[in-house]
Amino acid sequence: MEIFEFPFMQRALLGALITGLIAPALGIYLVQRRMALIGDGIGHIALTGVGLGLLTGSAPVLTAVVVAAVGAVAVELVRQRGRASGDIALALLFYGGISGGVFLVALSSGRTNANLTAYLFGSPLTTTGTDLVVMAVLGAFVLAVTLLLRPWLFAICHDEEYARVAGLPVRALNLLLAVTTAVTVTVAMRAVGLLLVSALMVVPVATAQLVTRGFRSTMYAAMAIGVLASALGVGIAGVYDTAPGATIILVAIAAFALLATGLGVRSWRRRHTATVT
Amino acid sequence: MTHTPDTPVVDVRAATVAYDRTPVLTEVDLRVSAGEVVAILGPNGSGKSTLVKAILGLAPLVAGSVALFGATGAGIRRHRHRIGYVPQRLGAGSGVPATVGEVVAAGRLARRGLRPPRPADREAVARAIAAVGLTSRTYDPVSALSGGQQQRVLIARALAAEPDLLVLDEPTAGVDAASQDAFAKALQDFVSGGGTVLLVAHELGPLQPLVTRCVVIHSGRVAHDGAAPEPTGYHALPGHDHVHPHAPTDRAGIWGPGWDQ
Repeated sequence: MEIFEFPFMQRALLGALITGLIAPALGIYLVQRRMALIGDGIGHIALTGVGLGLLTGSAPVLTAVVVAAVGAVAVELVRQRGRASGDIALALLFYGGISGGVFLVALSSGRTNANLTAYLFGSPLTTTGTDLVVMAVLGAFVLAVTLLLRPWLFAICHDEEYARVAGLPVRALNLLLAVTTAVTVTVAMRAVGLLLVSALMVVPVATAQLVTRGFRSTMYAAMAIGVLASALGVGIAGVYDTAPGATIILVAIAAFALLATGLGVRSWRRRHTATVT
Repeated sequence: MTHTPDTPVVDVRAATVAYDRTPVLTEVDLRVSAGEVVAILGPNGSGKSTLVKAILGLAPLVAGSVALFGATGAGIRRHRHRIGYVPQRLGAGSGVPATVGEVVAAGRLARRGLRPPRPADREAVARAIAAVGLTSRTYDPVSALSGGQQQRVLIARALAAEPDLLVLDEPTAGVDAASQDAFAKALQDFVSGGGTVLLVAHELGPLQPLVTRCVVIHSGRVAHDGAAPEPTGYHALPGHDHVHPHAPTDRAGIWGPGWDQ
């Protein structure tokens, strides 16, 4: 692992670890609400922010945060209405977002040599010191919201009607959750890319809940799995020169598959022994 | 307006609720005083669940008013922690496992607000779980419980806020006998402690002795308000299964399932 003596590998690893820690911490609320794929849609919208940043010469991370946050609030407003046509509204938002992004990035390509693929699928090896500072600050915000407000976010995601009757500030919490989703997507953009960010929000949670019994334990286990998958993914990518973002996600999915298979075999054996004896 | 012992806990006046301009409730009056146990009865689709939703502020009124503890409109917000709501079943939002303790603790938030938990909060949660006889299941996932036990978890969640008014929507529908008894006992204890109860029911079952008044809703209007109607004749025979062949049960309504079941 002498490859981690290179500063760029250390920065890549650190960025991936931050992402692996915060993505499941936020993702668990989306999974609980059965909106596991919403992170993917916010990622689509964030690409328009990236395009705007490249075109105007501002930092793409900051414009991505702003555009993704506006998009996430729009998604939340559509969800609150709860209409059947909401599906179509989301499609318009998501595909408008990604085509707007591709359009703007192409417009700006004369001025910058930015690579669209880097934003869509991640490029942790190009993480700069400034990138890391931004990721750490935004990541701290996401952790503060998801850990400190867990009882209230749990309540609104578990049973929103009850939370409203109980007088909780449901609307404010929903908007905060939407904005935090947007921030998480932007932080994860460097490590795994906008098209893969949702996987890191959902897969560790799915893996954790194969064995956990409660919400809090699921949250901590998912964060640990996210961190491990990110570290292992960057390590494999560094040694075998594979695409880091995709490697992280494949490691996470492999962990899910292994655990699910192991549990399946165990319960089959138990039933088998029970019928034999 | 402040709440005095004479102020009704629930005061509904000429409430009208409509979905897409079709009235579901028409000029309904309902007053519930402190200490009463009022059952709202009626066939499927009569509007009884909608009445409860209107009282809780979940279904908007087209006309009329709802006052809780003497407060109306935005003023009800200050009394939210005094209302314990028990829905028919847990909503769809349960994609991630949650323990009995975690779900019941969520009910305490109504009284806790945004401050960190104190010992009194943890004790209230433990008491609420004990009141429905599920202490030994505190750390079990809710999904591992039977339907009746899950219903008891929802009661414990409402009790955790130490409310003055319990509102229950068909609490005993499809609940096993053991859970029904545990349920009736928890409700009995709540009433003995001076609580007020408003419950929607299809049939009263073991809750019958607790009920002090029955309100029958039919086609969105109050058809009866008074003593619990004594079952007579064929309806009173043991083992009689109360079925209305003419009632529009389980018909897919234009509101979709869930509004009025």
